[in-house]
Amino acid sequence: MAKVVVVTSGKGGVGKTTSTAALGAALAQNGANVVVVDFDVGLRNLDLVMGAERRVVFDLINVVQGDARLSQALIRDKRLENLSLLPASQTRDKDALTSEGVQKVINELREKFDWILCDSPAGIEKGAVMAMRHADIAIVVTNPEVSSVRDSDRIIGLLDSKTEKAENGGRIEKHLLLTRFDPIRAARGEMLKTDDVLEILSIPLLGIIPESEEVLRASNLGSPVTLLSPASAPARAYLDAARRLRGEHIEVVVPLERKGFIGRLFGRKVA
Amino acid sequence: MNLITLFRRRTSAPVARERLQVLLAHERSSLGGKSDLLMKLQEEILAVIGKHFTIDRDKVQIKLDRGDSVSTLEIDVEVPSLARVPEAARA
Repeated sequence: MAKVVVVTSGKGGVGKTTSTAALGAALAQNGANVVVVDFDVGLRNLDLVMGAERRVVFDLINVVQGDARLSQALIRDKRLENLSLLPASQTRDKDALTSEGVQKVINELREKFDWILCDSPAGIEKGAVMAMRHADIAIVVTNPEVSSVRDSDRIIGLLDSKTEKAENGGRIEKHLLLTRFDPIRAARGEMLKTDDVLEILSIPLLGIIPESEEVLRASNLGSPVTLLSPASAPARAYLDAARRLRGEHIEVVVPLERKGFIGRLFGRKVA
Repeated sequence: MNLITLFRRRTSAPVARERLQVLLAHERSSLGGKSDLLMKLQEEILAVIGKHFTIDRDKVQIKLDRGDSVSTLEIDVEVPSLARVPEAARA
């Protein structure tokens, strides 16, 4: 049965889009049929991170409003044929999304795909609510940093009140994805510890993604990091997180960058 | 991480720059009112074809590739009535 997952956070810039692309690709790399859906109407970016920005013709709003068929708006990934993208509109605003319209599109996607990953816009407004509304599972992307944790707490509150599951008396499955994690700074006590974040938010941990230059390189090149460099530390963390999402039990460890002599010599060089 | 990845790493920023330039050039021109151009184009092309054939709207695929100097628009229309015309009649 198809699973609808919302990738959300409240705060902007924590890594929702990067994580949507990386997890979507990771699930597809394992053979599942996956679609990643951009809900950030007016400020789309998932197309850019996926490297499909030149191929966008129709978008989510066109499908919701009946101006285009779903099959016309879906963009198939050039690297993985079982990975597709449904882009957001760049010209419209969030008011063009209606709960009924989104529901219809999600239902249609459920018939075609095993996993539907919805990339939520930042904030707690209509766009974010539309992205989470019909989800079965929520991934709350959080940085080990006070404002991000506070906003995540707010989003968890919304997930427990504004989603269809919550309104029908059910509970939406929630997971925490800790991103931009710096193990060295965490060990030095300069960063909120994983245990602290988990205790405050009290939702299960899906994975810890280490801060890495590989993530920036992946978005520069327009490729999910799990496809571009599957052996890198963030990619391994995302691949593990995807396995946990599928229900596998794997211990959470923070993968470290494997650096050779040259890498260590030049590793800190930035320009 | 080795020498190869070290050198490859340097190439990612120029790629990002080029991708953004192409994208933004298209977006700046299209956000100024021509945003529905593709939709209009599709409607008009389909209307013209529709005069001669019965078209199933579900069997129309539109592909676009925005390039630096040239973009390609590919419109794939399945025309069932033509396929049913016998070989002899077509010749």
